[in-house]
Amino acid sequence: MTRMNMIQAINSAMDVAMDRDPDVLVMGEDVGYFGGVFRATAGLQKKYGKTRCFDAPINECGIIGVAVGMAAYGLKPVPEIQFADYIYPGMDQLISEAARLRYRSGGEFTCPITVRTPFGGGIFGGQTHSQSPEGIFTHVSGLKTVVPSNPYDAKGLLIAAIEDPDPVLFFEPKRIYNGPFDGHYDRPVSPWSKHDSSEVPEAYYTVPLGKAAIVRAGEAVTVLCYGTMVHVALGVVAEAGVDAEVIDLRTLVPLDIDTIVASVEKTGRCMIVHEATRTSGFGAELSAQVQERCFHHLEAPIERVTGWDTPYPHSLEWAYFPGPVRLGQALRRVLKD
Amino acid sequence: MVDEAGRNLRPLTLHVPEPKYRPGDTVSFDDMVFPAAGSVARPPVDADPSSLRDLPYTLIRVLDPNGQAVGEWNPRLPADRVIRILRGMMLTRIYDDRMFRAQRQGKTSFYMKCTGEEAVAVAAAEALDRDDMCFPSYRQQGLLIARDWSLVDMMCQVYSNGGDRLKGRQLPIMYSAKDAGFFSVSGNLGTQYPQAVGWAMASAAKGDTRIAASWVGEGTTAEGDFHAACTFASVFRAPVILNIVNNQWAISSFAGFAGGESTTFAARGLGYGIAALRVDGNDPLAVYAATEWAAERARTNSGATLIEHFTYRVEAHSTSDDPSAYRSSEDALQFPLGDPIERLKTHLIAIGEWDEDRHEALKAELTAGVREAGREAEKLGVLSGTAFNHGFETIFEDVFETMPAHLKEQSDWMAEERRVAGV
Repeated sequence: MTRMNMIQAINSAMDVAMDRDPDVLVMGEDVGYFGGVFRATAGLQKKYGKTRCFDAPINECGIIGVAVGMAAYGLKPVPEIQFADYIYPGMDQLISEAARLRYRSGGEFTCPITVRTPFGGGIFGGQTHSQSPEGIFTHVSGLKTVVPSNPYDAKGLLIAAIEDPDPVLFFEPKRIYNGPFDGHYDRPVSPWSKHDSSEVPEAYYTVPLGKAAIVRAGEAVTVLCYGTMVHVALGVVAEAGVDAEVIDLRTLVPLDIDTIVASVEKTGRCMIVHEATRTSGFGAELSAQVQERCFHHLEAPIERVTGWDTPYPHSLEWAYFPGPVRLGQALRRVLKD
Repeated sequence: MVDEAGRNLRPLTLHVPEPKYRPGDTVSFDDMVFPAAGSVARPPVDADPSSLRDLPYTLIRVLDPNGQAVGEWNPRLPADRVIRILRGMMLTRIYDDRMFRAQRQGKTSFYMKCTGEEAVAVAAAEALDRDDMCFPSYRQQGLLIARDWSLVDMMCQVYSNGGDRLKGRQLPIMYSAKDAGFFSVSGNLGTQYPQAVGWAMASAAKGDTRIAASWVGEGTTAEGDFHAACTFASVFRAPVILNIVNNQWAISSFAGFAGGESTTFAARGLGYGIAALRVDGNDPLAVYAATEWAAERARTNSGATLIEHFTYRVEAHSTSDDPSAYRSSEDALQFPLGDPIERLKTHLIAIGEWDEDRHEALKAELTAGVREAGREAEKLGVLSGTAFNHGFETIFEDVFETMPAHLKEQSDWMAEERRVAGV
């Protein structure tokens, strides 16, 4: 075991995967010699050579399309899209191609690619470096969508994603690369090294896709969240002294609905949290499923806490971000009677 | 390698480009050979693209090593206009230096300098009409400065402060200034290129006389938007100037990762049947002359021009970047095309229109002006994590012209949230 922050854990995952399987390959803008703008691929080119870790031209359609072609050959590409906000030129290749290749070829061609991309706000990145577009991808049949919330999970989930036989979108919450941000923007963030989940084995292990984690067991209310919002939710629950059950979804598709249902049937209340915009966000899907399956157990309306239905503003980003106040208000509402 | 069918074939190899120099390397650009200033012929502006096929492979240069303007591309500008270009470039650099320092002092989140590339924007703006429409990338602040746009207005945008017309919504340097013919800058690469073509097509369709111009870096020529723009510009002979600022580096990726090892960026135009010029981007008079040629070509319905400006990104990509991690620190010093400000200054002195004293006096005057503008802008606030320079309700404005009910509802929720938060 060693202490790792999220970046180091993600780097270690690719290192382990590349070491175990010569068909794993990393590419993307600035990922080669430089090691990526967030340093996630640092050292990989030096260790595995330029044909297994290299820079890509600035063309997201090309990065994903080439990965699909490499996968058709039999490789396991791990392309990086530098910011999730830049992924849109690659949508056709992801939605029309990667997601449907197995289906349309009757399993003849498959697409075991893992698209890594940093997402989310809280870094004063403005509207082109802050978005949370995961809901666009969960709406596409044939794509798996993963969001880790800590270094241990990040490594295990990324290795599992790389080994998965189908295309996976791996969204990295960049606000918590260096430490678990609890939403209090005016307080210092403690580094990962002070948290248990930064104890990461250097060797191979996986965290299975499709399994949520109960990060805090409780009886009063079920809180569904993922990524950065796990830490904001845990902070709010602790400050409010509420015996909440906080579930880190970890994988959005396929969703671990059994863990969710068991929890809501126990608590009778449910609050859903994500940073992405509200309308048609993944929270809407969660809310629908909880209502469909747990209606007779619910003692209060389901609460959704989200970003606003606007572009991500630059200077007012803390008024956009679903922080402790927004979560706290919703928690009080969902616990009423 | 003997394959399954028993054939003995040579294994394939994958080519991955590599720049010549990395950190710590001694740099020599001796192998970069450029044609002499004045050696390239200037064709008529209505020439058929098929007669211009050599131009993407040469380099149009006007200023010779002694600072004289020579050859057919010499725009023969009156001295006061050359001084205006010099002034614009100097002001751009002084402005950049101040705003870079402001970022380092924690007054804003981000900044991008254009050091060494000032001519590409300033001299081009000088050659365009004031009402021609510019679709810039994030490194053409020189366009606004050359069009005498308010420095205070620009600074307010960088500070996201109370004076920011964009209400603090955009990342610093992503200006928007319709009255300066300057389109809203996007953080996504190359999106402005087809938009410029569309603006130009609209101008042509309406029988207008204005043209459009756009700028991308060489790295962005890899994006699909670049190729979409070239296709539409060619098909509809759009009155547009498509500039490629080849500053050699796209963050850490050298020009080879955009295809620069195999051909020039100007040569991209050939396949589309678009006139294409390759210009010494650090020679302000060459930039002016090429832009003037392309503008006249566009205005006379002879179609679009692609211009590669060969230059060098002297500074980091942005305040978030550290180029010492991926390129040799000697690169910028050794780059053989010199500095655009120094070269134009040398020219003006050589023709007897300038001297060191006037240069220093102008520099002092511009520095004082930038300082004064900075003081004025900072009175309206700077960016910090806890300074909310705009009303919270502004988050919900301008998503649509008329605010739908769900945004009004969310705006109310936020007002309540802010009341609870006490901020």
